[in-house]
Amino acid sequence: MVELVMNLFPARTASHQLSLSIGGLLRFCRRYLSVALVLVLWQAGAQAGLIPSRLLASPVQIVHTAWSLTLDHTLPQNLLVSLGRAGAGLVLGIAVGVALALVAGLSRVGEDIVDAPMQMARTLPALALVPLFILWFGIGELPKILLVALGVKFPVYLNLYKGIRSIDPKLIELAKTLGLSRWKIIRDIIIPGALPDLLVGIRFAVGISWLMLVVAEQVNADSGIGHMMMDAEDFLRTDIILVGLAVYAVLGLLSDQIVRLAEGRLLTWRGRTAVQGGTR
Amino acid sequence: MSANPLTKAEFELAGNAVSIRHFTRRFGETTVLRNLNLDIAPGEFVALLGHSGSGKSTLLRALAGLDTVEEGQIDRPSAVSVVFQEHRLLPWKNVTDNVTLGLDGKEWNAQAEAILHEVGLGHRLEAWPLTLSGGEAQRAALARALIREPKLLMLDEPFAALDALTRLRMQKLVLDLWKRHDCAVLLVTHDVDEALALADRALVLERGEIRTEVEIPLTRPRRHADPVFEALRERLLHALGVTS
Ligand SMILES: Nc1ncnc2c1ncn2[C@@H]1O[C@H](COP(=O)(O)OP(=O)(O)OP(=O)(O)O)[C@@H](O)[C@H]1O
Ligand SMILES: [Mg+2]
Repeated sequence: MVELVMNLFPARTASHQLSLSIGGLLRFCRRYLSVALVLVLWQAGAQAGLIPSRLLASPVQIVHTAWSLTLDHTLPQNLLVSLGRAGAGLVLGIAVGVALALVAGLSRVGEDIVDAPMQMARTLPALALVPLFILWFGIGELPKILLVALGVKFPVYLNLYKGIRSIDPKLIELAKTLGLSRWKIIRDIIIPGALPDLLVGIRFAVGISWLMLVVAEQVNADSGIGHMMMDAEDFLRTDIILVGLAVYAVLGLLSDQIVRLAEGRLLTWRGRTAVQGGTR
Repeated sequence: MSANPLTKAEFELAGNAVSIRHFTRRFGETTVLRNLNLDIAPGEFVALLGHSGSGKSTLLRALAGLDTVEEGQIDRPSAVSVVFQEHRLLPWKNVTDNVTLGLDGKEWNAQAEAILHEVGLGHRLEAWPLTLSGGEAQRAALARALIREPKLLMLDEPFAALDALTRLRMQKLVLDLWKRHDCAVLLVTHDVDEALALADRALVLERGEIRTEVEIPLTRPRRHADPVFEALRERLLHALGVTS
């Protein structure tokens, strides 16, 4: 506990903080400088004819294509479909992961029944199940949503389970001296105590949901960002493929940011904390 | 069976806040507490001394109802509170919510506020526990224990982790609270001076039994320089195996 508190409130002198922020600014500039440099070189190379557009469209071309795809509604429509699938899969996967973690975390019997199979199953690459899912559930929306849910379930389960198990038994003991019922112990101590780990799990889950979706949509789909990219491949439209990639990148960044925001809101009691580790 | 209106527990308590009879506690092969007897009168302040590992916390846990009593009998009031060495505040609840933990109803909030003022935390009602100092956190833990109006308040080395100055201040606070709330207190401590400064009676636990029992007939506040204080201190230190 003492260690935790020290981690949360590192003693910082003013000068230390100052040099940190200047250093941070410099690093920030350097990071984006290199990105900008690559883009400029890329554009220059394309214009000089060094990079054939058949293999790689230029940045300007990509922006242009993205704009026209937006105007003819191709991009927004496919984006909506993809978002719907990712969202549905996330909700389902988080629900299943939370339920399983609660069962395994709150009872010894549940632990024996749930945890061992989950630990085994998580070593299985979920993507290897794509052919089986197509066989079982066809090529509609269901296999895609289930595939996302499957991938999402593991980080949610593993982190929440770990969170529940690492709750300080002294707090539970205290609750007993105060006469709290089992239900109140779960509500007031176990759930809030495991919340930080659950949120770490959800952050991983969001990243995985996009990964699963990319594969699911590229293997079999007639809509969605992944399908739009596969379609473009047939016509050698590298610009559209790159637009798709950029969209995935933006979605990934945005969703990660949203979860971090939620963390900040839900975990105000921790103050400012360092990034926590987690289990994928 | 008989016409006696008293239940067995009430009869055994017979005017005591706590009554322990022939209590034995074993962990596997080792017997930590052996055939232990102890009475605490209502409103009495008892200090429990003993070497590390002598079973002080074990006795406290049994009294708090955290352990099932298998050998012997323990009678205690239903309203008991415990303050541990660590504050054990829930970091995700603010100070007021920690104090009212397990108490349903808005009316407790006013109560919590009053009691937090009483322990000198009136300015940190909404604070997160992680932002409290060690002394402040222990004050909040005291408030959480007292809001239930316990008939028996148990303190398991509550000030051991605090610096000497804060500890003195907390000792005074505990005395004030004890007088005002009129509950029996069982204070576990390593500190002979602390026991002598606060308690009506000091017990030394040794090899599973209470080997030494010392009444402290001094009026409070007590002066360390008092010859009676000195003599009692020698006795307790001797009982603890410290010879000067
Ligand atoms: N759950 C347990 N299982 C086995 N042995 C235990 C258990 N709890 C306590 N003990 C043993 O019982 C003995 C008494 O422990 P206890 O915690 O009551 O000591 P204590 O007097 O409070 O010591 P301290 O002053 O260091 O807090 C110790 O030898 C300890 O190892
Ligand atoms: Mg102890």
